[in-house]
Amino acid sequence: MFDFSIITQWIDQLLRGLMPDAAATVVECVLVGLALLLGYAVIALALIYVERKVCAWFQCRLGPNRVGPFGILQSVADMLKMLTKEIIEIKHVDRFLFGLAPYIVIIASVAAFSCLPFARGLQVLDFNVGIFFLVAVSSIGIVGILLAGWASNNKYSLIGAMRSGAQMISYELSIGLSILTMVVLSGTLQVTELVEGQADGWFLFKGHLPALIAFVIYLVAGTAETNRGPFDLPEADSELTAGYHTEYSGMHFGFFYLAEYLNMFIVAGVATTLFLGGWMPLHVPGWEGFNEVMDYIPSLFWFLGKVGVMIFVIMWFKWTFPRLRIDQLLRLEWKYLLPINLLNLLLMVIVVVYKLHF
Amino acid sequence: MNLTLFVVVLLTAIFLVVAALGIARLISPRTFNRQKGEAYECGIPTRGSSWMQFKVGYYLFAILFLLFDVETVLLFPWAVIARELGSAGLISISFFIAILVLGLAYAWKKGALEWK
Repeated sequence: MFDFSIITQWIDQLLRGLMPDAAATVVECVLVGLALLLGYAVIALALIYVERKVCAWFQCRLGPNRVGPFGILQSVADMLKMLTKEIIEIKHVDRFLFGLAPYIVIIASVAAFSCLPFARGLQVLDFNVGIFFLVAVSSIGIVGILLAGWASNNKYSLIGAMRSGAQMISYELSIGLSILTMVVLSGTLQVTELVEGQADGWFLFKGHLPALIAFVIYLVAGTAETNRGPFDLPEADSELTAGYHTEYSGMHFGFFYLAEYLNMFIVAGVATTLFLGGWMPLHVPGWEGFNEVMDYIPSLFWFLGKVGVMIFVIMWFKWTFPRLRIDQLLRLEWKYLLPINLLNLLLMVIVVVYKLHF
Repeated sequence: MNLTLFVVVLLTAIFLVVAALGIARLISPRTFNRQKGEAYECGIPTRGSSWMQFKVGYYLFAILFLLFDVETVLLFPWAVIARELGSAGLISISFFIAILVLGLAYAWKKGALEWK
């Protein structure tokens, strides 16, 4: 299978041949940054387009279809429009915290984004505690949202931020515990090793019952974590205008919008990495010819394809379930998901210790 | 060591915000209107500040979250070697999780999980 580190090593040798080592390192850092920015922007724009199209199809509409073929340039046009909008200065806000909040939200989502394994050898950050780092860094985004709501000095923003905080920290637990369940099965925290461990079968199939429970819990908690679908009360537009980013205008608002879509991608990406084999192709034991053919599909397509399916499922949730009330939301987490998750963790340990997995 | 790359990622994120805000400030129009700076609420002038004491219910859940999140952090190193520890590890971690579930049951019984 094609390995992306061939390309990166080739570039590395080329640069080191042309200039001294220190300069080559700097150029490589800049290249990594640019690639990251490009990926971040392209994925965010693509997701906004896909969201609008999927949403339209669910409601028997056409969706954007004027700008470019099938409207694919619509989100680019929207981003350009957002760039040209005035950033309104509000009088009553805490100016420093108000300006700081978008930075925190964007930093959290970019750092979590850079931990995802896109293909064999195509990953920016690969720590030995990778998945733990990803969880830690993506939860910093909550601080940004709370800051945005508090600094805005607006009642809608405050209520939205408080709801968002309560919801995100509650579901953070379920995300952490279901990831923990899969770490017990895999025995490693490094993202590349997690993916390599699924070469002979995805963890969802290897860990059968406990992995399946963890997968369902992860999906529910992940949807809640992105403030989407049935869990969108932090920005319930009929009650709170726009929730914590009510006072943000122009590109300031654009950052929250970008981070929201990227968080959906990150949640789907982690689900893919942990449960659906990351960039590993689908292999069925015994079907040699089928496995050969599957190996020819590049790993990048496998990863993006699986993430696409997960994102479609998350969008599907949004148009299937009605919005929850805050007490129902907290009850779901604390009285159902959390106890089930703890018991599921024990079940997984039993399965792993007595070698009941495949 | 991946620290260099981590710094690069952080700088990239900051650069994204700074560059986009810079471009927006350069090309966006500016108009002045006294009412633009008001809070966006219901159309009538806003009453009082929003920086006030807020519902205690959120605070309770935040404390509970803190307890269980620290527990998750404690469990991560154990989870990596759970396979090698075998049944001895299983028994000890069952006690740990049992105490946690007892804690959750206590909070439940006390009514801390009810939204009032």
